[in-house]
Amino acid sequence: MIQVLFFASVRDRLGVESVSVDPADAGETLESLRRHLAARGGAWEAVLGSDDRLLGAVNHNIVPMHTLVFDGDEVAFFPPVTGG
Amino acid sequence: MADVIRVSAADFDVAVEYAALRGASDTGAIALFVGLVRDFGDRPDVRGLVLEHYPGMTEKSLAALVVEARARWAVQDVRIVHRVGALALADQIVLVGVSAAHRADAFAACEFLMDRLKTAAPFWKRETDASGISRWVDQKATDLSREARWTDPEE
Repeated sequence: MIQVLFFASVRDRLGVESVSVDPADAGETLESLRRHLAARGGAWEAVLGSDDRLLGAVNHNIVPMHTLVFDGDEVAFFPPVTGG
Repeated sequence: MADVIRVSAADFDVAVEYAALRGASDTGAIALFVGLVRDFGDRPDVRGLVLEHYPGMTEKSLAALVVEARARWAVQDVRIVHRVGALALADQIVLVGVSAAHRADAFAACEFLMDRLKTAAPFWKRETDASGISRWVDQKATDLSREARWTDPEE
């Protein structure tokens, strides 16, 4: 399974902190995983569907959406960071 | 080299962090930056904020920034302390301290680390205003342009 975590406004708007996704449903990349989750509709479509500022991380590294995703990976989606 | 990266709800003491950066006989300069909670942010009348982070990734991303800084400047020790959780006005949020033989390396590495932290480390601020309304803070265009100054055009 692929563990998918959500943070900050993304988590608040989805109302969940994490989901597990079967790699067979996720497609090959971060982008296809994002689209798979957005297809749940409602808040999922609103938050993950078309936000070009949405950031994605695979195994704790912020990476482009075309990055390959594999079974056992930890993925996260979150808004632009605002620390410091 | 004795780098320290600490993400914690606990406050920090600048004197303690400074003392830890001192001591080596070849250290000629220490640059320290401290970021504080101020009373205006995306909106006026901010009364406090809550800082969230991505445990596990945060420490790794900060360590990666230190590796980048070391590749560019002659840095001796680095200390990065970042608080999380609820913070009040004037509270300390973040400390970046760098020791070096020369001030140019200390200044540059300290500013680089702070600018990169702002756009690459997974922290998020939520501000509460005087009416009790709490909102997630938007990333600033100025933070992105400051960070972009450090990008090597040949890369």
